[in-house]
Amino acid sequence: MFKKLLLSAILATGLASGASAAPAGGKIADVDFSFEGPFGRFDAFQLQRGLQVFTESCASCHGLQYLSYRNLSDAGGLGWTEDQMKAYTGQFKVYDAEADDFRVAVPTDNFPSSQIDGAPDLTLMAKARAGFSGPYGLGINQVVKGMGGAEYIAAILNGFDEPPECAPEDFDGTYNSVFAPGGYPESCVDEEGHRMTAGSWMGMPQPLSEEGIDYADGSPNDIHGQAVDVAAFLMWTAEPKMMDRKQAALVWVGFLILLTILLYLTNKRIWAKVKRKD
Amino acid sequence: MGGIPHDKYEPKTKPEKWLHKRLPIVALMYDTIMIPTPKNLNWMWIWGIVLVFTLVLQIVTGVVLAMHYNVGDAFASVEHIMRNVNGGWALRYLHANGASLFFIAVYLHIFRGLYYGSYKSPREITWIIGMLIYLAMMATGFLGYVLPWGQMSFWGATVITGLFGAIPGVGESIQTWLLGGPAVDTPTLNRFFSLHYLLPFVIVALVALHIWAFHTTGNSNPSGVEVRRGSKEEAKKDTLPFWPYFVMKDLFALGVILVIFAAVVGFMPTYLGHPDNFIPADPLVTPAHIVPEWYYLPFYAILRAFTDDVWAVQLVSILTGGIVTAKFFGVIAMFGAIFVMALVPWLDTSKVKSGRYRPAFRFFFWLLVVDFMFLMWLGAMPAGEPYASLSLVGSAYWFAYFLVILPLLGVFERPKAPPETIEEDFDSHYPPKPAE
Repeated sequence: MFKKLLLSAILATGLASGASAAPAGGKIADVDFSFEGPFGRFDAFQLQRGLQVFTESCASCHGLQYLSYRNLSDAGGLGWTEDQMKAYTGQFKVYDAEADDFRVAVPTDNFPSSQIDGAPDLTLMAKARAGFSGPYGLGINQVVKGMGGAEYIAAILNGFDEPPECAPEDFDGTYNSVFAPGGYPESCVDEEGHRMTAGSWMGMPQPLSEEGIDYADGSPNDIHGQAVDVAAFLMWTAEPKMMDRKQAALVWVGFLILLTILLYLTNKRIWAKVKRKD
Repeated sequence: MGGIPHDKYEPKTKPEKWLHKRLPIVALMYDTIMIPTPKNLNWMWIWGIVLVFTLVLQIVTGVVLAMHYNVGDAFASVEHIMRNVNGGWALRYLHANGASLFFIAVYLHIFRGLYYGSYKSPREITWIIGMLIYLAMMATGFLGYVLPWGQMSFWGATVITGLFGAIPGVGESIQTWLLGGPAVDTPTLNRFFSLHYLLPFVIVALVALHIWAFHTTGNSNPSGVEVRRGSKEEAKKDTLPFWPYFVMKDLFALGVILVIFAAVVGFMPTYLGHPDNFIPADPLVTPAHIVPEWYYLPFYAILRAFTDDVWAVQLVSILTGGIVTAKFFGVIAMFGAIFVMALVPWLDTSKVKSGRYRPAFRFFFWLLVVDFMFLMWLGAMPAGEPYASLSLVGSAYWFAYFLVILPLLGVFERPKAPPETIEEDFDSHYPPKPAE
């Protein structure tokens, strides 16, 4: 009988986490990222491509202030050697508060913070946008499909679309069919107060262009390919220890199962006489 | 202990006798660990151990986290823990998910008590102390949730301290006093950190009292029948010593729980948290929905259920000359929901303790469980219809269960006959072998 209680408790926690259900934008497509699931691992080449997209298309506005350059050669990430990391780092200048001047970046420096007002820092974005998972705020998609912030980022970057006809031509911003919290023209709201289209107008114009980037490994460089790559990269910046974590978790779970089996057998033996089962 | 006759500790060697004469601490430990425990306890009696374990886990991980946390640069220092401190991510995720484990366990523990009537005489004090522990846990959890200084931390703190602002007359002064200023800011974070470190040790003390209290009365058990205390032999038919029987049973159960816990911490550590807390606190940007952690949601739903258009709120407002506003009413209702639960030893009038022998009670009890889950879901939903009306229904049932249904059930219900003894209950599950 109390199994019911336990089950409903587990369900309820699922309910609660769905609390997050934030943006009421367009549909977010599931992407089959390599890092999903208990055995999922980051695809080092994808992260390298994602860094390239970030460097060429995002970094002019957005920051990565919690990420250090040295992290680029950390295990379980881009798979770079220290030399590769140093070569990348040496291309950039950072502001040194002590010298009150710009100097060449060193591995211990963090990436700069956002360059323009209104452009959020992207280090943690993949975790900060993980809350759309449905259905009914139950968070089931998050568990079953592994949907999270990376999917949201990819969907936003793929969501730039022709603005609906109801909108005035000069409406501020760029129409994005997935982005919800942006501006929305009155002319697209019907008499009952419902929005006629999903999405809204965001301050950021489409940052990617078809084949706008040359991938060294020849991977698809259309907008969708770039969006997925940079989304994976931002998942890594948000959770650079994810590989460590999943590996540790397998050990924890494995050993705990072993311990629990031993405890089960011990307990059974101790009680056998009392329960007249010996 | 337990008023249950049992074998006492006898110091045998000289040093033992020496110590026992001056401080009978070994005797205390012996009595605690060897306490006669009803042998029919089922798997719902394991949550106490889980809770003790979780409390220790939270204190150990919390103490280490505090070594790396920096109030002056809170958000960045948490990211520093996640990225640069060795094993920092594990400490932080264990601690954050440990809070969830703590509350899952405490809710199952509380509902077990409600189902089996564990709160009834002579265990009222155990129950009341338990409720105080629960309140202290809620406070500690709330204070801790503010420390990462994300958006939900900041706005959660704003909303919750705002509740005190709803108290007529002195509310605003109290709110300012709690916050250390006119709004949530660094002084608030500083004192929240201080109190978040202090309260767990208050909980430790309360837990010691809680254990002392039920070791004095003896454990409750699923049959609701008390252990026979006529003689040692009689008591032994109903009980087994806590060590090794229940220690091993509880450790096995703890193992099962920890497998699940480790999987959550390792594979989905942010699932139970709110994603907005990965955005640094910003006093200028209010999140679309301010949602507390899942374990507060049922009471948050009760808080929000009582709006201006509810007749009860309007009536009270008129009767008090407008002193009790809708907001204050909501605050009273929220704390009242826990208060009526604390009063349940006196609200439940049934002579029979265990819900196992009370068919009508069982129906209402399970409805209460459903109601609790329902309120939890509602607490996570945005304000507005239909959630507001549904919250009102859910809140009404919560109060009705404690204030109306339980008192009346004891009078009108015809319970089934419980077994005469615990031994009888145990034997019905594990029949004695026929004599050979």
